[in-house]
Amino acid sequence: MKRIYMDHAATTPVRPEVWEAMLPYFSTEFGNPSSVYSWGRSARKALDSARDKVAALLGASASEIVFTSGGSEGANLAIKGVAWADQNKGKHIITSAIEHHAVLDTVLWLETQGFEVTILPVDEYGLVDPAQVEAALRPDTILVSIMHANNEVGTIQPISEIGALVRARGVRFHTDAVQTAGALDLNVDALNVDLLSISAHKFYGPKGVGALYVRKGVRLHPLIHGGGQEKRRRAGTENVAGIVGLAKAFELAQEEREAESARLQKLRDRLIEGLLQIPHTRVNGSLERRLPNNVSVCFEFIEGESLLLNLDLRGIAASSGSACTSGSLDPSHVLLAMGLSHEIAHGSLRLTLGRENTEADVDFVLQEIPGIVERLRAMSPLYQG
Amino acid sequence: MYSDKVMEHFTNPRNVGEIPDADGIGEVGNARCGDIMKMWIKVENNIITDIKFKTFGCGAAIATSSMITELAIGKTVEEAEKITNRDVAEALEGLPPVKMHCSNLAAEALGAAIADYRKRTASTA
Repeated sequence: MKRIYMDHAATTPVRPEVWEAMLPYFSTEFGNPSSVYSWGRSARKALDSARDKVAALLGASASEIVFTSGGSEGANLAIKGVAWADQNKGKHIITSAIEHHAVLDTVLWLETQGFEVTILPVDEYGLVDPAQVEAALRPDTILVSIMHANNEVGTIQPISEIGALVRARGVRFHTDAVQTAGALDLNVDALNVDLLSISAHKFYGPKGVGALYVRKGVRLHPLIHGGGQEKRRRAGTENVAGIVGLAKAFELAQEEREAESARLQKLRDRLIEGLLQIPHTRVNGSLERRLPNNVSVCFEFIEGESLLLNLDLRGIAASSGSACTSGSLDPSHVLLAMGLSHEIAHGSLRLTLGRENTEADVDFVLQEIPGIVERLRAMSPLYQG
Repeated sequence: MYSDKVMEHFTNPRNVGEIPDADGIGEVGNARCGDIMKMWIKVENNIITDIKFKTFGCGAAIATSSMITELAIGKTVEEAEKITNRDVAEALEGLPPVKMHCSNLAAEALGAAIADYRKRTASTA
């Protein structure tokens, strides 16, 4: 059976050029970058070169890059790191209702530790209003964290505008750019951010490695103590092969970004248009401010997991924000924050396109989904023909 | 994640539909938590001669609905009433632990249909 992977927001395959670049650092060049002899120097050189590349791609300096184990660690380090370092200035943190749990749960944990948290609402398209961010700023606000683009519905936030308002008040601004690395320009000055986190496996790099940009002058307490690595901001022997892979993948993604985004956007729009032909279907998020590869819809009267199982039986990999797939009793917090009812949010489907997807894949998906939806509706007590 | 038996019932659910002249109808669950089961039963001489269901829910919700219709058909009302959610899960060769509570509602749905049947027969007697 032909298999079609359309869940690139979850993870992506490692590109052959990337693992080829990584391979020597597992074997011949296995040294510890902190060692003085030739093996160590070779690993150090690879690490430095990776850091230079990542910094250049972000419009930053090498000393502003901290390598991490991925997006969750990046968000944790940015948020807890700033909260702990700046708590003598204030204990108020602002974020939005549609953040990834790596941000949301970190902020909520800090709330149990004596910090105060404001969680801003979003509109029906999943957009944060910069004026609401500004209005929420207080004299004791130390940090604002707003994601660059949402992983479920693909809505792109006005980060640069929010950043200008927040930073003008001397408040630190973090953006979770896990979904946008490789899809949008991540120049940190244009984005007006103090901290920005990315994760390699979302752009055809390996799992288990990420990077956090920390603007010069931003103080950060480490999460992990133990050694002088990453300028004492993240102890532990560096994941050299992973970091080399991240830099290579990021470089390739940036080179191909504009052409690939344009190609994906066409496929995305065809998919959305095709799916909207199915009655009682709505698109989630904004059609204008949307990631080039994100399709998110809700089919009324059916539940997401049974839809995913049927798609899987036909070789199609997708995801849903239904309770069964969100790992809790409630459907996606993102869809609920956008004002969808529980009932409708349970019927959500997310398809996220990637490099290996073709027009033929889109045709196949559009050919299979209507029948599956119809069959599940025929079985649903909510559907009245 | 699901057993072959669950997937088999999920892909080929038995007794989907409605019974227009049902003797009892039961509905449990709610759309908020993502599972609704509705069951129709036909009873002759105290025996369940026909049963149909409609379900909004995940794979486990559909498979358990389908399975209980197979277990209940041909049984007396009293026997059918004794079928538990655990019996349904066992007949399906197990369910993932997370699904045991949220989506394993078929016995409640059948119980509600039988209660409705009893209520109707009591009022006509």
